[in-house]
Amino acid sequence: MAEVTYLEALRQGLWEEMERDPSVFILGEDVGAYGGAFKVTEGFAKRFGEERVIDTPISEAAIVGAAAGAAHMGMRPVAEMQFIDFISCAYDMLTNYVATARYRAGLATPMVVRGPCGGYVRGGPFHSQNPEAAFFHTPGLKIVYPATARDAKGLIKASIRDDDPVIYLEHKWLYRRIKEQLPEGEDLLTPIGEARLAREGKDLSIVTYGATVWKALEAAEQLARDDRLSVEVLDLRTLLPMDDAAIMRTVEKTNKVVIVHEDTRTGGVAGEIAARINEQAFEWLDGPIIRVTAHDVPLPYAPTLEDFVLPQTEDIVKAARWLAAY
Amino acid sequence: MVSRAAPTTQSPPAPAGLTRDQLLEIYRYLRLTRTLEERLVALYRQSKVIGGLFRSLGQEGESVASAYALERGHNRDILSPLIRNLGSMLVMGAEPIQILRQYMAKAESPTRGRELNVHFNDLERGYLGQISHLGDMVPVMAGIALTFKLRGEPRVGLVYIGDGATSTGTFHEGLNFAAVQRVPLVVIAEYNRWAYSTPPEKQFAVKDLAEKAKGYGVPGVTVDGNDVLAVYEATRFAVERARGGHGVHVIEVKTYRRKGHAEHDDQHYVPKDELDWWAKENDPVDRYVKRLLQGEWVEERELKAIDGQAKAEIDRATDACVDEPLPPGDSALAGVYADPPALTPHWYRSL
Repeated sequence: MAEVTYLEALRQGLWEEMERDPSVFILGEDVGAYGGAFKVTEGFAKRFGEERVIDTPISEAAIVGAAAGAAHMGMRPVAEMQFIDFISCAYDMLTNYVATARYRAGLATPMVVRGPCGGYVRGGPFHSQNPEAAFFHTPGLKIVYPATARDAKGLIKASIRDDDPVIYLEHKWLYRRIKEQLPEGEDLLTPIGEARLAREGKDLSIVTYGATVWKALEAAEQLARDDRLSVEVLDLRTLLPMDDAAIMRTVEKTNKVVIVHEDTRTGGVAGEIAARINEQAFEWLDGPIIRVTAHDVPLPYAPTLEDFVLPQTEDIVKAARWLAAY
Repeated sequence: MVSRAAPTTQSPPAPAGLTRDQLLEIYRYLRLTRTLEERLVALYRQSKVIGGLFRSLGQEGESVASAYALERGHNRDILSPLIRNLGSMLVMGAEPIQILRQYMAKAESPTRGRELNVHFNDLERGYLGQISHLGDMVPVMAGIALTFKLRGEPRVGLVYIGDGATSTGTFHEGLNFAAVQRVPLVVIAEYNRWAYSTPPEKQFAVKDLAEKAKGYGVPGVTVDGNDVLAVYEATRFAVERARGGHGVHVIEVKTYRRKGHAEHDDQHYVPKDELDWWAKENDPVDRYVKRLLQGEWVEERELKAIDGQAKAEIDRATDACVDEPLPPGDSALAGVYADPPALTPHWYRSL
């Protein structure tokens, strides 16, 4: 066992897949000699060569499009978005070309698009986004969003091996903040489509993913201490396809649910989760489904503004307390 | 100054290094394209074609000749055709019955009724169908050509782009990426005068599309797109150059779209005398026939025989599929993902 950060776990997963399968290659901006803006691919160009770690022009549509073409030919490209905010430049390519390829034309497109997401880092409106809702609506894509070091590694490996295109969202606030003991020499794989019970409880459930898993765990700890509430936390890990069974299990167990995400509220993933609970577990509910999310504004830069806009541990505590008393 | 790395508007003095059989084969593809499209018009008027019908009338020459310059067979070169490159697909081995089935949305069509017209692919035969978002195939074909380069395979990609689509961001990003990576990609830029109803002067401020190549540091050449042998020769040069590891090459083919954007479009924005001139004086098939006969490379009776065979082939293909069923509705739920293989219908469907 060795203690590794979330970022190092991701790096190890990528490295191991590059070693295992010669069809895996990386392309993106500054990923080669420089090693990537966050050093996820540091040392890769030296080990695997420039042809497998390709520095590209600032052209997200070309990065994703070229990855798709290579994937059709049996390669397994991993395309890096330097910041996930820039994935919107490749929105057409991902939603119209990549996502539809298997369905409309029987074309296999095994590729991963990954990049650093999320706020709490004073990144401002264009280095803090969570883009999942924009792609969540698109049949043909898969979306994973690890919260732990183990899943950062397990999901990148599973995403690379998946036969369909996967958007892998990694939270930059977690990169060096989260550490975990991971076994060495073991092929760690996290199955796509399976949620993880991050904390067991019986009074109330928090369904979440990404960085807010940690905020939810903090809130659960505080509620246990201050309110003697037993809070269950479900880490979705994969958003598409969503693990409905795990969501319904926790709803049926605690009968009260708070959905938390860092992304903005309107049209966000929480709305879809709420709708599914309504359709599949309505009679199990003892209270309204609550959403704790960012406010519907572009994410501002100043710490006072960012902290106000984003969901904080205290927001989760307050919302859960209110629901528990309902 | 536009780089002119290949012979340009002059017709080659000899039949471009082609054998007599090859000259006839090119003619066969030209005739097959035109005959198939004429049949599709008839089926469209009978409401058997479900969606729109897009003609390549007047552009068959550049489609067929450029594709003919590629290496064909199992897992050889790959092209990505646009809506008016039906001829290029036939050259690569697409069958007329597949195109008929696609237009009529038959269950047995290559996309099982999911996609329209020529939007289908067979990478082993060497064609990757377009999507409707123009320009997107340039980065995708850059990725295919990148794979050839990474694997050290002596294969070439070819992508068509319309004059209007050179205005897209994906065209720019894809061509720039391909040029920087020096991948074996040939770009055929089709200057056919009309992007739906928009003329070139409202689309770009250069005179020739070949000028755009300069901005990417790759050769660009302008060719008479209705001169079959000139297009063949220019493409052949670019293809072999790419195969030799020298990277991207842009060929602009000057041609003319003689029908509307699709059959519904009455082309009221096109001067009638211009259309007449292109039909009478600059039809690529007529010009090709004239050259073959003047050069005494083939005999008229051979061409007539090919005309008859093409018609018989299209007749047979039409008869074989026109009464086939459409796909069953619930087949729509399969194949979004490899896993799960199919979705289940919404619950209220079984109430």
